Amino acid sequence: MVSDLYLLEQMETVLKGAVSRVVMEEAHTKLLSFNEKRDFSEEELQRILHEIVAEYRKARVDPGEPVGTVAAQSLGEPGTQMTLNTFHYAGVAEINVTLGLPRIIEIVDVRKDPSTPVMAVALDDEHRFSKEKAILAAQRIEGTTVENVARSTALDVIGAEFSIELDSERMEDSGLTFEEVIKKLKKTKSVERIRYDEDEGLVILSPGTVNLLKLRRFSQKIKGLSLKGIKGIERAMIKKEGDEYFVYTEGSNLAEVMTVPGVDPYRTTTNNIYELFEVLGIEAARNAIMREIQKVLDEQGLEVDRRHIMVLADAMCLEGDIQQIGRHGITGEKASVLARASFEVTTGHLLEAAREGEKDRLNGVTENVIVGQPIPLGTGIVELVMNPSFEDAKEV
Amino acid sequence: MIAMNEEEILLFGPPKKIKELSFGVLSPEHIRKMSVTTIVQADTYDDEGYPINGGLMDPKLGVIDPGLRCRTCGSKFGECQGHFGHIELSRPVIHVGYAKEVYDILKATCKECSRLLLPEDRLAQYHTRLEEEGVRGSIRQAIIIEVLSEAAKKKGVIKDTTCPHCGTEQAKIKFDKPTAYKEGDKKLTPSDIRERFEKIPNEDVVLMGWNPECARPEWSILTVLPVAPVTVRPSITLESGIRSEDDLTHKLVDIIRINQRLRENLDAGAPQLIVEDLWELLQYHVTTYFDNEVSGVPPARHRSGRVLKTLTQRLKGKEGRFRNNLSGKRVDFSARTVISPDPNISINEVGVPLFVAKELTVPERATHRNLERLRGLVLNGSEAYPGANYIIRHDGMRKRVSDITKDILAEELDIGYVVERHLCDGDIVLFNRQPSLHRLSIMAHEVRVMPYKTFRLNLCVCPPYNADFDGDEMNMHVPQTEEAQAEARILMRVQEQIISPRFGEPVIGGSQDYLSGAYLLTKRSSFFTRDQVAQMIYVSDIPSASLPEPAKIEGDVPYWSGKQVFSLLLPSDLNIEYKAKVCQKCEMCEGVNCKYDAFVRIEGGRLVSGIIDGATFKARSNCKLLDKLVKDYGTDTGRIFLDSVTRLILQATAIIGFTTGIDDEDIPKAGAVLIDKIIFEGKEKVDKLIETYRQGYLEPLPGRSVEETLESKIMQALAEARDKAGDISERYLGMNRGAVIMAKTGAKGNMLDITQMSASLGQMSVRGTRLHRGYINRSLSSFKEDDLSAEARGFVSASYKKGLNPKEFFFHAMGGREGLVDTAVRTAQSGYMQRRLMNALQDMSVRYDGTVRTNDDIIVQFAYGEDGIDPAKSTYGKAVDIDWIVHKNLNSHTEG
Repeated sequence: MVSDLYLLEQMETVLKGAVSRVVMEEAHTKLLSFNEKRDFSEEELQRILHEIVAEYRKARVDPGEPVGTVAAQSLGEPGTQMTLNTFHYAGVAEINVTLGLPRIIEIVDVRKDPSTPVMAVALDDEHRFSKEKAILAAQRIEGTTVENVARSTALDVIGAEFSIELDSERMEDSGLTFEEVIKKLKKTKSVERIRYDEDEGLVILSPGTVNLLKLRRFSQKIKGLSLKGIKGIERAMIKKEGDEYFVYTEGSNLAEVMTVPGVDPYRTTTNNIYELFEVLGIEAARNAIMREIQKVLDEQGLEVDRRHIMVLADAMCLEGDIQQIGRHGITGEKASVLARASFEVTTGHLLEAAREGEKDRLNGVTENVIVGQPIPLGTGIVELVMNPSFEDAKEV
Repeated sequence: MIAMNEEEILLFGPPKKIKELSFGVLSPEHIRKMSVTTIVQADTYDDEGYPINGGLMDPKLGVIDPGLRCRTCGSKFGECQGHFGHIELSRPVIHVGYAKEVYDILKATCKECSRLLLPEDRLAQYHTRLEEEGVRGSIRQAIIIEVLSEAAKKKGVIKDTTCPHCGTEQAKIKFDKPTAYKEGDKKLTPSDIRERFEKIPNEDVVLMGWNPECARPEWSILTVLPVAPVTVRPSITLESGIRSEDDLTHKLVDIIRINQRLRENLDAGAPQLIVEDLWELLQYHVTTYFDNEVSGVPPARHRSGRVLKTLTQRLKGKEGRFRNNLSGKRVDFSARTVISPDPNISINEVGVPLFVAKELTVPERATHRNLERLRGLVLNGSEAYPGANYIIRHDGMRKRVSDITKDILAEELDIGYVVERHLCDGDIVLFNRQPSLHRLSIMAHEVRVMPYKTFRLNLCVCPPYNADFDGDEMNMHVPQTEEAQAEARILMRVQEQIISPRFGEPVIGGSQDYLSGAYLLTKRSSFFTRDQVAQMIYVSDIPSASLPEPAKIEGDVPYWSGKQVFSLLLPSDLNIEYKAKVCQKCEMCEGVNCKYDAFVRIEGGRLVSGIIDGATFKARSNCKLLDKLVKDYGTDTGRIFLDSVTRLILQATAIIGFTTGIDDEDIPKAGAVLIDKIIFEGKEKVDKLIETYRQGYLEPLPGRSVEETLESKIMQALAEARDKAGDISERYLGMNRGAVIMAKTGAKGNMLDITQMSASLGQMSVRGTRLHRGYINRSLSSFKEDDLSAEARGFVSASYKKGLNPKEFFFHAMGGREGLVDTAVRTAQSGYMQRRLMNALQDMSVRYDGTVRTNDDIIVQFAYGEDGIDPAKSTYGKAVDIDWIVHKNLNSHTEG
């Protein structure tokens, strides 16, 4: 009965400024579609809009709400229900990622080398729709060493030579040719002499030394010689999602992968939060923390409101770099001596406070519990005090 | 802020708040000034048992025996908090806590002029830097470390080793942990170091991280040792009359003894070597007095060989002063006992044993309205219930109510007196179960005094406490002030916590028998006679229930359907539709005509169709009806609904009857044959896979080795076989079996459990792989090495009902053990993580302007959660449930 125009107009006047953007957007799409199906009357529309505003007001947080504590509890309590040491498949079946409690701990610890770094690489328009092109991009990304393409290697101690038997199939997989490998090996400094037989795929290298120790070191160096791709990426696989191809990698090196031709740097991401922070900055890190925690919780089937995760992520990213949850991060930076001392390294903090002549302003939770005063949260934020001995008060 | 009553305010003035706490190092002068006596005697008590003057138990240091008065302040035991004494050390010693700092300063200062080894311009630069940016923790520490290392020539601009102020060549300082220093080859004594430190100007001290107003570096080298008051180290008298001294006293005895010997030797002009030895010994004792866990120092021991607990050990760790006595305190007015269930009390209530109620009291102030009632309580005395234990007069005098005094005290009772009366029905108490992982672990309940000795608990509140009744104990606390009681009642009452702050869904609700019972009550074939309905209405305490028209009349007997009875609990304007837990997720939903009756529709407070089960009111499971009742009709409605529905269901279950037994897993012959065949085929498939692998024809999956591929394919094949077997058993097990009802309604277990009982246990696993460890290349000695077949790697084809053979039984135990280990490890890890999270986030709160800030007023979020919505008041995290609002308004319209 009401026109869409009228509906939008009314929405604008009633809802704008009264509810959040998210609610506004949802109301927009939902009310329009409902109106199509059920035809609101003017009165109904008004009632609905005003109830939305009323409900929104009802659901707001109260001042003093200890949102930090609630967030800590909401994330800590499901921790007891999480499984330990789950390895799970991320996107592609071949890649394992740590999940469960160990992963959460890894995130709040801000580990710089997470146990299973993984990247999801998006491709540009040229590469994302064709399987062949996607494989090409994956090959460019995947780090390939001599060892990866060798069927076998052998160190001849008497002849002071190192021989490699190259596997043509493996070379093909990583998009390398025999010539390319030889070229790369020739360029390597410590290689003095090189002999090869392309038909048999045999390469024999001499370092020009008979020192056993140096020989060993030489063989190690050649085995680990990077022939192609990006350092730190051990494997790259393609996977089709919807109508486009993505490259998933084991190992992470965001900065370099983003520059690889064929990669769409805007949609490429990694699960190494600290690396993401270094490359893309604190806002990206904050979102990554939220996303990674959410991922673990989803996988375990645990429900936690995203606002709690948000509080955690914001607290960690508050200072402009990522702060750890614990002694070397947020807690260690607290202004209150008593709060720090009651967490960890008690005497250390007390001695330091004495040396610096620190003053504890007693405005946190722990400090006030210690001295026996009400804590400044919840109903404790009220600072008004009644003095019943005051003359006027007595009159009443 | 601080709860005080009128008298207290009149006596002490308005409540005061501690503004700040300052920390500092005690200077020798300060130690002497606050000391009431020097301690010179290493003994504590003389032969008659009196404390020796000038000894470690000098009566001037405070009182530890009741009845005595303090020789210093004249206060009684318990009032006098004790007084410090001091020991004059014959030679200075290093304070272990500052040993590292002493080393840093030695390196950074000149051996002659004691200035920081930096030219004036650098000093000035650092001063400004420290003033400008060095206010907060880590940045300040970074600057100080920079100063110290630059001055110590570790890095920086100047590389020469002469003092920029006096030109003296500096020698290399060596630190011999824990408390010895060397300059070149020369040993530096604490006296030498102290001399140097005294000369450091205050400006330089600041740059090294010391605040000269509170702490000068030389104070870290002790010349006087404060002796803690006896109240800090009370001696205890054992039953045998033998006195046992505190560890600190023992340590102080050692210090005084060595100190004395050192002094005597010095006075006698003893050889350097002996003096040095004694000095070192004194250093050892003082070191262990402060910290008995310094690395490189053997810990001081008691005569019995027990390691002494000295100052650091008193403060540190979980059992230390901070965590055990300051952050967590023991309290009065609390009780703890075993819990047991009582479905007949409200979720808001807790059953309190009578003798607990007589022990715990609530202070109530006499007014002209309650004077007579309170007088009656006092007259009852403390033995009878309800009575009173104490009365408190105007002047704060506390009088015990006993059989002898009760009449006099009742007579005396006047307006303004406080009566500490027994706990009564309706009083508010806090109830708690450890581990207190979230705020729902402490909730406020109303008291219901009951006979016997356990706390009674409604079953619906078990999920948030995570409580069961296999011997669990819980704690109860009685708030003592009106403020506390009001806060508990308004904010912490159980009914206010039905919706969890973690995800905005009910955490309090039905479970187990309530859900299977609800199914029995509301399934289509359930009909009840008038008597039965009347009985159900009576027990479930439904107010003003008027019986609807009977659903059917057979012969002359009217019958009411279970759905009709259930509808009596619903508000008359409720309209809602959702899918029940028993929903089979058919491709085409037939709505009201669902053949499983899984489509719940409530119209105008009448349950039209659908089975009531987990989806309606189960805790923690996205239950629709309870959620809407609480959010739309208020927590009172929610509570009343839960209280009534649970009692109604129990009565219905009692009428209908419900059981489960081993015959619930009986599968007809045809089915059993089918299951055996499927399992056999699964194993055959595995054998075939192994054969292919052995012949080398198995194609590896991309990125995997052949072995990995084989493993994953085998696992797949066996899982498939088990699932298929499960499907078969499910086909033969209908809703007429108790076990199936429990699984499908969400009461207990799931279909997988039933499959395991009736068809096959399936693959056992450890760390996500088939069982393969135990013996070399085989899991059990009864298999050949490298046997990859299903049986050899932990596939159990038997069901629980059929029974496991010894091999299968062992494999099953292997899998079960992993679960147990996992739980043990997980609790420790997640406990520590939660402690860290809590410590990091606890000071954040929403302020009046809607921002989230830390206690230092640093803004964390401009609006909480980007929209300022409380998850506990949201609908599954959304601020407003628009669908529901539209649904509600349109429905009421069509009816109106």
